[in-house]
Amino acid sequence: MIKTMDMDSDIMNDQVRQTEQTGPRPKITVRNLNFHYGNLQALYDNNIDIADRKVTAIIGPSGCGKSTHIRVYNRIYELYRKQHATGQIMFDGENILDPAVDLIKLRQKIGMIFQKPTPFPMSVFDNVAYGIRLHYRVSRHELMDRVEQALVQAALWKEVKDNLQKPGTALSGGQQQRLCLARAIAVEPEVLLMDEPTSAIDPVATAKIEELVEQLKMDYTIVVVTHNMQQAARISEFTAFFYEGKIVEFGETTQIFTNPREKQTEDYITGRFG
Amino acid sequence: MELKPVRIRIARDLAMKVLATISSLIGIFFLGWILLEVAARGLSALSLSFFTHLPAPPGMEGGGLANAIIGTLLMTVLATVAGVPVGIMGGVYLAEYGQTTLLGKSVRFTLNVIMGVPSIIIGLFVYTLIVLPVGHFTGYAGAFSLAVIMIPIIARVTEDMLNMVPSSLRESALAVGAPHWKMIVQIVFRAAKSGLMTGILLAVARVSGETAPLLFTALNSPYWPTSIGQPTANLTVTIYNYAMSPYQDWQSIAWGASLLIMTSVLVMTVIARFVSRERVQ
Repeated sequence: MIKTMDMDSDIMNDQVRQTEQTGPRPKITVRNLNFHYGNLQALYDNNIDIADRKVTAIIGPSGCGKSTHIRVYNRIYELYRKQHATGQIMFDGENILDPAVDLIKLRQKIGMIFQKPTPFPMSVFDNVAYGIRLHYRVSRHELMDRVEQALVQAALWKEVKDNLQKPGTALSGGQQQRLCLARAIAVEPEVLLMDEPTSAIDPVATAKIEELVEQLKMDYTIVVVTHNMQQAARISEFTAFFYEGKIVEFGETTQIFTNPREKQTEDYITGRFG
Repeated sequence: MELKPVRIRIARDLAMKVLATISSLIGIFFLGWILLEVAARGLSALSLSFFTHLPAPPGMEGGGLANAIIGTLLMTVLATVAGVPVGIMGGVYLAEYGQTTLLGKSVRFTLNVIMGVPSIIIGLFVYTLIVLPVGHFTGYAGAFSLAVIMIPIIARVTEDMLNMVPSSLRESALAVGAPHWKMIVQIVFRAAKSGLMTGILLAVARVSGETAPLLFTALNSPYWPTSIGQPTANLTVTIYNYAMSPYQDWQSIAWGASLLIMTSVLVMTVIARFVSRERVQ
């Protein structure tokens, strides 16, 4: 029994070694994360440290588990039966996967942006106010201020300030995605998860979102899943390369893109597969 | 290889088109016939006294169906008030909680069966459940049987409408920290609002034309519905009674009542169409 445990921790240390260069205080520490869709295993022993107030990019071919991986951080996968995760994800001294964790508080601290913009069927103002009203006791005046602040941070304020009562769904795709960003940062999270945030919007809107990520990382820890390698190279400090549910390589973005240690990583970033 | 002759293909295509068109015309023809016939015969029975007076004995001038109109309205409203919340919440269970659970599957199957059960059987069921123990026909039993017919319709429509809401919307609501029930009530309901309204309207339209379940429960009454606990006048059973009577003026009133029900069902269906079209835009 003891022997097995020793072996396990040896393997773990081995895998962690390469992640330890990410700095002294990671915001999120993932250890031995395994994930199953019913009988199908999607993630295998993922270990990764997410650096505080930095952008970590997750790249890899379709179906490699990138989205699945970050969907564990806010336990959004629990909406579906038969999906379950095991392992340890330490955040603020707590294991996120502990059933006792309060999901509402967790999701206030860890926000998420999805691939397709998903404005709620309500006005622009109410979209941003929705999360604030959920988590905070605020006066009307404070609410107005915080909505404005969030929209300014998401670089959408100028475009919507005269029309806050218009339905969120009436905005353009790129605007909708920035609205979702405003909605997410309005509740003042510590971490932002972005699941291919620009794959459903046009290049100009994409550039805007990337610019925003650049600014937001001053205040937020950002994890972005992307299948656009140039994007990963442009906006992230750290990059993890996923393949078939395993983290093949994790390190500083410049190192991953200029001097990958693993053959698979090199093959992927040079476009030989994936 | 030899190419197939074009002319045969065009001929087949034309034949299919003609068949389909004829079939739809047959359907529309009978619908149109019914509408016109009921309108032509019923219009002459509609007068002010039709809406304001109690039924008169055969041969006497100036009788109306005011009590039956009120009775039908009362029972339909009561059935709606009781049936809509149960139906909607049942649909919520099916779509949001019990998609794959054993309970969910059994409930879905049972609802489908109840929807296929002839409404006269629902009437008999409520008759043994309420009318026999109470000892007399009552409007409550009528409303109850209408509600029993409404619930499965509303529950299934609700389930279908909620299933049409993309799961990405649910995920986004949960991701900003909404509790599960708030996600359903504040986001999913809002997204499915017009679909739910359509379902309710169609269910109301459906029960407002039901006769058999009322025949065994509310029966009928020549008096004002002073208490819904008593036998309660209603349009459909009145049509049944009057149309079978040998008196010409009663038959004419039955036509008038048919026109009234038909028109209200038509109006509700059109509103339902209008509401659901809004959603598509």
